[in-house]
Amino acid sequence: MNKIQQAFANGKAFIPFLTCGDPSLAVTEELVCAMEQAGADLIELGIPFSDPTAEGPVIQAANLRALSGGVTTDQIFDMVRRIRTRSQIPMVFMTYANVVFSYGTERFLQTAAEIGMDGLILPDVPFEERTEFDGVCRKYGLSLISMIAPTSKERISQIAAKADGFVYCVSSLGVTGMRSEITTDIGSMVRLVKETKDIPCAVGFGIATPEQARRMASCSDGAIVGSAIVRLCGQYGDGCVPYVAEYVKEMKQAVLDT
Amino acid sequence: MTNGRFGIHGGQYMPETLMNAVIELEEAYHRYQNDPDFNQELNTLLAEYAGRPSRLYFARRMTEDLGGAKIYLKREDLNHTGAHKINNVLGQVLLAKRMGKTRVIAETGAGQHGVATATAAALMGMECEVFMGEEDTKRQALNVYRMRLLGAKVHPVSSGTGTLKDAVSETMREWTNRISDTHYVLGSCMGPHPFPTIVRDFQAVIGKEIKEQLLEKEGKLPDAVLACVGGGSNAIGAFYDFIPDSSVRLIGCEAAGRGVDTFETAATIATGRLGIFHGMKSYFCQDEYGQIAPVYSISAGLDYPGIGPEHAHLHDTGRAEYVAVTDDEAVGAFEYLARMEGIIPAIESAHAVAYAKTLAPAMGKDQIIVINLSGRGDKDCAAIARYRGEDLHE
Repeated sequence: MNKIQQAFANGKAFIPFLTCGDPSLAVTEELVCAMEQAGADLIELGIPFSDPTAEGPVIQAANLRALSGGVTTDQIFDMVRRIRTRSQIPMVFMTYANVVFSYGTERFLQTAAEIGMDGLILPDVPFEERTEFDGVCRKYGLSLISMIAPTSKERISQIAAKADGFVYCVSSLGVTGMRSEITTDIGSMVRLVKETKDIPCAVGFGIATPEQARRMASCSDGAIVGSAIVRLCGQYGDGCVPYVAEYVKEMKQAVLDT
Repeated sequence: MTNGRFGIHGGQYMPETLMNAVIELEEAYHRYQNDPDFNQELNTLLAEYAGRPSRLYFARRMTEDLGGAKIYLKREDLNHTGAHKINNVLGQVLLAKRMGKTRVIAETGAGQHGVATATAAALMGMECEVFMGEEDTKRQALNVYRMRLLGAKVHPVSSGTGTLKDAVSETMREWTNRISDTHYVLGSCMGPHPFPTIVRDFQAVIGKEIKEQLLEKEGKLPDAVLACVGGGSNAIGAFYDFIPDSSVRLIGCEAAGRGVDTFETAATIATGRLGIFHGMKSYFCQDEYGQIAPVYSISAGLDYPGIGPEHAHLHDTGRAEYVAVTDDEAVGAFEYLARMEGIIPAIESAHAVAYAKTLAPAMGKDQIIVINLSGRGDKDCAAIARYRGEDLHE
């Protein structure tokens, strides 16, 4: 069993997202360890990008804060090296194609594998452009996570056929960010994936409350939360760790209650 | 279906949420691009509404003053709404209507594409929302009013640098929010496939007309075609028909801002490198970690950190040349053309005029340069006056 599969072996998974370097890489490192203790099953580490076109205002602002603080891809690699001396929790990078491509796709993925990352999510790389990154990911034993959206429809089966690690189900139209209501029929999206391939499906975009997490996890294998956590980091700055840990604990409990 | 590549450039680097929308657009475009009814409706609009064909004007005084090649101006500034943008917009909005869309959204830099989109939306009874960098809403306040007058809603975009790239990002975000009734009228030959091809095809009328008109006036092809390049839609429109004519030099004029050796530049070919952004692989101004650079030009319409993928390919193959023109040179050309020919060019187009001033004297009197005068400069007068130290506000 690889580490991403392990993440889905503890009941429904709770998957938090962090923007690396917001408020600082030292705090990001502490957050990862605290979230693991609080029950997180897999962590998405966001490498900030100047123009994150799939993000709503909360994560956009975090990207900007991190970049203004001078965070670079190399510093994030070093932080992961430090984390790996303390924690073996499954982790994937989430960033934009240009961050990987401009570093040198091969060099980026080789380094990511060496320092102990388990996968990669690129929201601006759809099925049509997947080959460019997927071959190199597989060469280094990383999973390139596929996304499906409420608009995917007949695309779901071809996406599922090539999926690796888990499938990221986008809960609703629009960009990342908290929503008061999610109306998509997630259950049928997940069923369409599983008809093609037996692979875990986690739901993200717009989930903030324990009730939403419970509902999304009940029709999938887990819930992904970004903006609600990033907002706590923005609100409490250097003192955010206990607030985030408490939130993760509550959310993990909620997904287990399904 | 093609894969939307121009050499190594182009592609479809888009969120999954939008993939079916761009596939639907590609299918609709293939269905209508050779449809006689669609083309008749478009050609009638281009002629009766936009005022095509635009004139090819012999700039006699400029030619005599520079003492070299004969200079012709392709007068896209005389189109309805004052720029080449209307060519693409009429095509796309007509296509959107055939696709059953009732709402269009668009980004705009200088405001010309936003005004053109608002105009076409008014004409065809569609809802219209335009996203414009906050900085640009100040630089181009009059165009903001024009769009509102035409019934469009204008959203100032304050994220990032508050310029064209942020307006594009925000329009893409808005499209993911509302897809089923909405078409994104992308204004340049950039973004994910099929936009670079669609925009190029709708702008290619410029080059076709230049060729016909010049053959009629001079009985030969031009020696050089010059156009300004931000994303590059007026340039690709002017160049496209001449690509097989290897004797014709194709020269794209990028905005160097305060100079290509400064950080305040928007010259992508001169200072950028290969990357992936806004749906395409192409050249982008970026730092060593792939963060997109906050570019600068006096011209809001050229203030973009990338270039359309077909231009990137024309640069790779050497078929087109790309040169960088500074703010100072562009402002000089803006004033020069006003005094020399009584034509006030858009500050964007003035970048091409500026390069012609350098190029023409080095060419023979039997040679011909065509400058694509992509837009008129009324919108820029206040900003240029301020650049020259006058306290003038709109």
